[in-house]
Amino acid sequence: MIGFLRNLFRKEDALRGISEKGLLLYHSTGEVIRAETLLKEAGVEVAVKGPPPDLRQGCDMVIEFPLLEEMRIRSLLEQAGLAPMRVAVAQDHLLEPVSLYHVKDFGDYLMVRAANMKITMDKRDRRIVNVSGGGCPDVPYLAESLVGKILDQAPEPRSLGRTLCGYSLQLAFEELRRRCPG
Amino acid sequence: MSWLIVGSVPRADFPLVRGDYQLQGDTLLLDGQRIRVARGTPALMAVAAAAAEVLAVPAPQALLAGDIGTGEGSRAVYAHLVENVAHIDHAGLTFHYLLPDIAWHNQVLWALEARNPAPLLAADAGFMYAAKMSGYAAHYDLFTPDAGEMAFLADEVAPHPFYTRGFLLQEEDRVPELIERAYAEENAARHLLVKGKTDFVVAQGTTVAEINAPDVPAMEPIGGTGDSLTGLVTALLASNMEMTQACRTAALANRHLGHLANPTPAFGVADLLPFVRRALERALE
Repeated sequence: MIGFLRNLFRKEDALRGISEKGLLLYHSTGEVIRAETLLKEAGVEVAVKGPPPDLRQGCDMVIEFPLLEEMRIRSLLEQAGLAPMRVAVAQDHLLEPVSLYHVKDFGDYLMVRAANMKITMDKRDRRIVNVSGGGCPDVPYLAESLVGKILDQAPEPRSLGRTLCGYSLQLAFEELRRRCPG
Repeated sequence: MSWLIVGSVPRADFPLVRGDYQLQGDTLLLDGQRIRVARGTPALMAVAAAAAEVLAVPAPQALLAGDIGTGEGSRAVYAHLVENVAHIDHAGLTFHYLLPDIAWHNQVLWALEARNPAPLLAADAGFMYAAKMSGYAAHYDLFTPDAGEMAFLADEVAPHPFYTRGFLLQEEDRVPELIERAYAEENAARHLLVKGKTDFVVAQGTTVAEINAPDVPAMEPIGGTGDSLTGLVTALLASNMEMTQACRTAALANRHLGHLANPTPAFGVADLLPFVRRALERALE
């Protein structure tokens, strides 16, 4: 009863839009990342987005895709054992991920930030010296997996991470590699 | 006051544990488990324990489970809290690295709010994300966001700092505007300790203190310096210090921590631990 009353008075988001896109929903962000990789490799134009408020359930991501290609996409995903939990029409407002990178030069060290994640490298030997920011529990795990490793030999965050923070770190990692190609 | 730190350890094999813990060097001892302090909740716990010693108050207790991002440990922690709320008799709780899950968050919050008296509630990291997404941010006593997370709190539709809309840039000089907007949208706790180049202490939407010295830029890339700040404010609250004073003192102490350690961007938070005592004493002067 208390829960019902609380929900009754919760704020409602009234954002509505029209989109020709569809959404692939998964139980976990790890599945989202794997499905995105698969679809991109198959040449499908997909993008990872934030879920509309009524589909939100925690540290969620959804894959936005062209609805016209739904059959092909479903086939590709089912063959790979990555059938989505649900496919939805994206008629709600879609949130764009943070796309700006922030770079700070500390002399011998370079820090790249993407959204809420930062990765720092020693420019002298291209060793990752720190990972900071974020709030999802894969962040400390990713940090322990990356810190101390040379940039080219470090595992990609997407191979170990499962959350949006892990995805942010992947973007920062890629930007760091782009800026310091070795 | 007794306090409970609720968070996770970045190990898949770490069991659910709850109880007193000790800090020995750069290692935490809890229920027969040894936890190396590198960042995350162990860093928060280590600094809170060291600060509690300075303040001559009992160290907080901890409720932890292993979680590497699957959410299994976080869900075990959530379930334990809900099932054992009758035995959670702490004056306050600090929530930390937990996988955001709105359904579990709401169960935990409602269970704790039903206690009489209800404990003080501080949230950082993933649990702060869940608190904001749930729509119940205003039910919390303290959030400890950085500038990027402040933009997330200010954006009423953002599900995560990754998706904060572009017009709410994470620029540090926009923090006052973001604070105002977060309170207008009821997406902030009663108090905020916003960490950054300038730290802001906010009470009910009003900034009551700005701390910007000593300034140690190398602290920003070091993983765990936000956790150390949350550890400091946790210990100060556990010593019964008033909220805004605790936030101001914690911010100052964390800055002294960096100043005394004189770190490079390659330092780890464990390298800062030997300086906690002097840093806090200096902030309390």
